[in-house]
Amino acid sequence: MSVNVDLTTVWAFVIAFAVMMYVVMDGFDLGIGILFPAFAPGEERDQAMNAIAPVWDGNETWLVLGGGGLMAAFPLAYAIILPATYPLIVAMLLGLVFRGVAFEFRWRDPGHRAMWDFAFTAGSVIAAMAQGMILGALLQGIEVAGRAYSGGWLDWLTPYSVLTGIGVVAGYALLGATFLAIKVGGKAEDHAYRLARITAFATLALMAAVSLATPFLVGQYWQRWFTMPSFLFASQVPLLVVIIAFFLLRGIARRRTYAPFVLSLALFLLGMIGLGVSMWPHVIPQSVTIWDAAAPERSQVFMLVGVAIIMPMILAYTGWAYWVFRGKVDDAGYH
Amino acid sequence: MIAGDEALLLARIQFAFTISFHFIFPAFSIGLASYLAVLEGLWLKTGKPLYLDLFKYWLKVFAIAFAMGVVSGIVMSYQFGTNWSVFSDKAGPVIGPLMAYEVLTAFFLEAGFLGVMLFGMNKVGKKLHFAATLMVALGTAVSAFWILSVNSWMQTPVGYEIGANGQFLPGPSWWAIVFNPSFPYRLVHTVIAAYLTTALVVGGVGAWHLLKDKGNAHARKMFSMAMWMAALVAPVQIFAGDLHGINTLEHQPAKVMAMEGHFDSHPDGAPLYLFGIPDQANQRLDYAIGIPRLSSLILKHDLDAPLAGLDTVPREDQPPVAIVFWSFRIMVGIGLAMLGLGLWSLVARMRGRLYDWPWLHRAALVMAPSGFVAVIAGWITTEVGRQPFTVYGLLRTADSVSPLTVPAVAASLIAFVVVYFAVFGVGVWYILRIMSSPPHAGERGVKRTERGPIRSAGITPGPTQNPTAREGGETLIDGDGVAERDGPTGDER
Repeated sequence: MSVNVDLTTVWAFVIAFAVMMYVVMDGFDLGIGILFPAFAPGEERDQAMNAIAPVWDGNETWLVLGGGGLMAAFPLAYAIILPATYPLIVAMLLGLVFRGVAFEFRWRDPGHRAMWDFAFTAGSVIAAMAQGMILGALLQGIEVAGRAYSGGWLDWLTPYSVLTGIGVVAGYALLGATFLAIKVGGKAEDHAYRLARITAFATLALMAAVSLATPFLVGQYWQRWFTMPSFLFASQVPLLVVIIAFFLLRGIARRRTYAPFVLSLALFLLGMIGLGVSMWPHVIPQSVTIWDAAAPERSQVFMLVGVAIIMPMILAYTGWAYWVFRGKVDDAGYH
Repeated sequence: MIAGDEALLLARIQFAFTISFHFIFPAFSIGLASYLAVLEGLWLKTGKPLYLDLFKYWLKVFAIAFAMGVVSGIVMSYQFGTNWSVFSDKAGPVIGPLMAYEVLTAFFLEAGFLGVMLFGMNKVGKKLHFAATLMVALGTAVSAFWILSVNSWMQTPVGYEIGANGQFLPGPSWWAIVFNPSFPYRLVHTVIAAYLTTALVVGGVGAWHLLKDKGNAHARKMFSMAMWMAALVAPVQIFAGDLHGINTLEHQPAKVMAMEGHFDSHPDGAPLYLFGIPDQANQRLDYAIGIPRLSSLILKHDLDAPLAGLDTVPREDQPPVAIVFWSFRIMVGIGLAMLGLGLWSLVARMRGRLYDWPWLHRAALVMAPSGFVAVIAGWITTEVGRQPFTVYGLLRTADSVSPLTVPAVAASLIAFVVVYFAVFGVGVWYILRIMSSPPHAGERGVKRTERGPIRSAGITPGPTQNPTAREGGETLIDGDGVAERDGPTGDER
């Protein structure tokens, strides 16, 4: 597991960062969509929607950076993974269409608000499920011949990918519930804590199931997790998960404001690290390494200059936007 | 990896369908974001509540159009990989970084400040809010810059090297790639098109309300602003289009031959065909009606200049002539109609009848959606005219497609068609509903609360529930009276 710090490695971390940002930020947006039917129509739902109305668009942009960045930095991986998971990508995109327009449409048309609330939830569930299944499809391996995908159009559909799909749905729901616990008040807040408890248990159970199933998929994964010396590093990940799970459940029970959300983020970060342990240095397990897929140095350098200068600015004004809309959602709505 | 003809055709239809739908929204929101910035700037400068009312009126439209642009745009950024994977692999090292810059410098900017623009007026104050509006407007323009650079590179590829693995690799100069030969022309022509499209929509909405009430001060203002835009910018656009055409003649002559319907070469001056039925199989233009030598005059600025025809281009390298020929004529026809409308408005202005000439208002109303038609027609002209290549002259469309089977692409195409027509159809209807209610004093903008509709539909409008009406300075009764008359206004919040 040698790590040469070259541009390709840097880019692998930039893409991983973008994906991670997307997963946590749109994760709680999608999670709120997933949990939406659990909230009472009227004030509870309005509060839940208003908690993310000013920021969802920025959150979703990380998905475009993840996809666009993958094309730019690892074009071969982009060209293989997307056709391999074609129906999942299309389902995700269409799910995001419904989710995205529902933010506007439900306010435009009170007569059909129930319908757009359903579209909000259905779109969120489909997008989350599809993202989880794409992860599963990637981990279980993709058939490659030459520079192209060579499998069938439904190869991704396995019990394992269904499991990862459900896992991501549960995880996003946990993020959504713990985020809402910060942002909403009154009955909706009580509701959010109850949902946080349920989704925390579900997420932990599914994380355990995925973690147990993954090493059996591919020999490389087994070696990483269960042979020396990588075992010494890798074993820290599940240990930390157990510790964080304990504090997460305690934080929810004690109705801490920020701890449950922050600890849920930590769970996702550990999941991402676990993913890195299994896959490194492949971008498509077993067949394509990050160096095989990497764009030439000129492309890498050109973009890295942009990332180095612009990314801090993006983080700054994104942070400012969150700051503007900080605190509990004003139940009179944003003006 | 060569896919079957059917799979290729389906992938092309899907791309054409999704890009055409998508393009409608940015074509509108690029112009509208700038219009909103102008309105808010005028409000800050003059303090006149009328500008704020117009700002809030169009902000409601912008919120919907922008959301539809975002969700249909994400589809585009993934479709390169899903359906055109070979193209993505080969061209990714060159165009990928430009698209990454679009995300970094444009998408984040507009999305990051959109929340403050839509909901933040009372939280950040007027000046910071104006700054947010400017950032959103800037973001839409920067986005156009990068994506049109990408498209232009595909039309006029320069500054690349071919790698051992068949990829296009960037040469030593990114400047050469970004500012490729067709880019400046395409950028100017497309961005002006977006501004004109928005101006015609704004003018059409103003005209509609002037037809119903020629005394509506808000409608007068928006109509006047839009007609200035049409009168001043339509001629500029025609000039820019001419330059773009001359640039295309230099770099993609086959496209211009298809636009002109020139199957035959004309050594002593080529005619401008006004009408004709292209028959590509027999390589001739039937029923042609043309003006002798005018094409040479327009393209070469010389009546006798020779122009080569498609007889100099191998059949397998020709674009589909009929589509390009007609879409080009539709675009030009609409452009001339826009010019006519702009001139008419100048005449009306000079005679003091700008707000009192129902036929002018009817014409503006009919022209309201024409910008979208022109933009799509122009896009079809340039994109179909580039065929049969994705990277012009270097990579064929047939060699760019993903190794997908017919059922996969057919299923996704059906799904896109059904969902787009349903979702965006409803969205456009919501926009039309907003536009159908007249702009008035005390516009509320985008608000999000359950209380609003109940109050505004009810009996007791109170200033505390309606702070913007106070800022508007005019009567609450006017605002709520309208809200009661037109159901849709009730859900503005």
